[in-house]
Amino acid sequence: MAKIFQRPAALTGKAFHYCPGCTHGIVHRIIAQCIDELGIREDTIGVCPVGCSVFAYEYFNCDMIEAAHGRAPAVATGVKRVLPDRVVFTYQGDGDLAAIGTAEVVHAAARGEKITTIFINNAVFGMTGGQMAPTTLVGQKTTTTPKGRDRETTGSPLRVAELLSTVEGAVYVARVSVHNPASVIRAKKAIKKAFEVQLQGLGFAIVEVLSTCPTNWGLSPVEALEWLEKNMVPIFPLGEFRKPAEWDKNGTGEGASC
Amino acid sequence: MARVLMKGNEAFGEGAIRAGCRYFFGYPITPQSELPHFLAKRLPEIGGVYLQAESEVSAINMVYGAAAAGARVMTSSSSPGISLMQEGISYIVGAQLPCVIINVMRGGPGLGNIAPAQGDYFQATKGGGHGDYKLIVLAPASVQEIITHMQLAFDLADKYRNPVMVVGDGILGQMMEPVDLEGTGGEMAEPSKPWATTGMRGRKERNIVNSLCIVPEENEKNNLQLAAKYGEIQRSEQRWEEYGLDDAEWVLVAFGTVARVAKGVVDKARKEGIAAGLIRPITLWPFPEKAFNKVIDQVKGFLTVEMSLGQMVEDVRLCVQGRQPVRFLGRPGGMVPSVREVYEELKKMAGVKTCG
Repeated sequence: MAKIFQRPAALTGKAFHYCPGCTHGIVHRIIAQCIDELGIREDTIGVCPVGCSVFAYEYFNCDMIEAAHGRAPAVATGVKRVLPDRVVFTYQGDGDLAAIGTAEVVHAAARGEKITTIFINNAVFGMTGGQMAPTTLVGQKTTTTPKGRDRETTGSPLRVAELLSTVEGAVYVARVSVHNPASVIRAKKAIKKAFEVQLQGLGFAIVEVLSTCPTNWGLSPVEALEWLEKNMVPIFPLGEFRKPAEWDKNGTGEGASC
Repeated sequence: MARVLMKGNEAFGEGAIRAGCRYFFGYPITPQSELPHFLAKRLPEIGGVYLQAESEVSAINMVYGAAAAGARVMTSSSSPGISLMQEGISYIVGAQLPCVIINVMRGGPGLGNIAPAQGDYFQATKGGGHGDYKLIVLAPASVQEIITHMQLAFDLADKYRNPVMVVGDGILGQMMEPVDLEGTGGEMAEPSKPWATTGMRGRKERNIVNSLCIVPEENEKNNLQLAAKYGEIQRSEQRWEEYGLDDAEWVLVAFGTVARVAKGVVDKARKEGIAAGLIRPITLWPFPEKAFNKVIDQVKGFLTVEMSLGQMVEDVRLCVQGRQPVRFLGRPGGMVPSVREVYEELKKMAGVKTCG
């Protein structure tokens, strides 16, 4: 009997610790599939964040580094400058990348650092107990905005993909979601492109992935997927914000909108 | 070719290159600027990488990444910038990575000034960042010694998989002296680093560079493993210079630039009939307690001189354990003690009456 579905080689057999309905697992699997399909597992070094995905080094079946909170793009820079022929990716949440690590990601992008960043936006700090993140929606209740995020005192959500799309060195910038099968397929296409950008040595690539946090949102897994589609997608529009100019010229890369 | 005139800050860079370092990540700050200027020019010429980070926070994390990838790597900064690096240094220790960090110390606290100081002694030798840890800390006192210390720093970092800090001050960094490069550096075999995260490339087991250890029982074991390493370093790596110590009754204790002042004081005192000597700690950590134990019964007292309000003097007191008097003379905030004022203090201690 032919096996038609199995664990990607780029994932270890370790069971994910993520909460039921959390979409970290989906994104992990997509990344692992891309690594397998590109045949780069033994050349890849991943850099994990601090946050819910702090244990990602237990799941990705390649060399891994655990960085300090927000510093993954700087750590990845150090690795890539020493080993320019390897593939280096960071996996970061919205507390990690959009709050404490804003400087690191902006300047990695500005340098056109040849790394791939996967950015999980679930509009909340997960691991520390559901506090407000820079990506929290106006009016969204969190443990530190018990009456809902108030624009007057805490501002409005930071749109990372749009922000980084103004940076010349960020040659591939996309925002995707994983709230239904069609969006998962589009997310995988974008993540694969973000690795291809690095393999082609074109510059910095980032994919922002809208994700769920049923535990801290206080919703069931299904409700959380619906909440994401209804509330996050309008604030964080999906699509490719920047693509390498080279791709338009010579047709490399799929170029299809996600 | 061997003998050349060189600035201290450039010597840090030259010494690093001779020790096989090819990667530098840093952020501009005075008074260490000549060091990055030198490396920005030199490293690309020899196939290395000089990269200016957006902050010291970022620079030290680039060092973390490069060290994880198996490279001999360094950063340099001055006091306020070193404060910003403390988080990253703690992670580098936790992940047991080797690297070299230069601190060309300046006057503090806060923005302070850019004058020479030694007020970062506690930060360098007592941990600095969070958690239980130690850095190996070297304190060169001449441009020549900077060159040799850079080799030593990289070797010790690799041997113990622990960061090594080399501390200077604004004077040492800015001063020019002739140095003899004969016999320094050259071709050497880089130590093998089977733990480095370089991509598996046929390796069966994944390498993971990490300082997270969530189970307390396991993290205690981790800490005890570090403690064993630090014990070994304390037994094996104490270094110091003795000057006029053999028959000394009154012993000055000073490191770096101040030790040069102290040597002048020893010479002056000897001429005037006071049996003075000097212990110059070369490793600030491990602190050279062996030097003190050696002379403790022969001396009548110690005078510690620092460009601070008194930091190393606490380690001197810990070594001496009340067996002899320990006095302190310090000039904080970027001021340098003069031979004259140190000598006056020594005379007071020795009970010699001052004329007039």
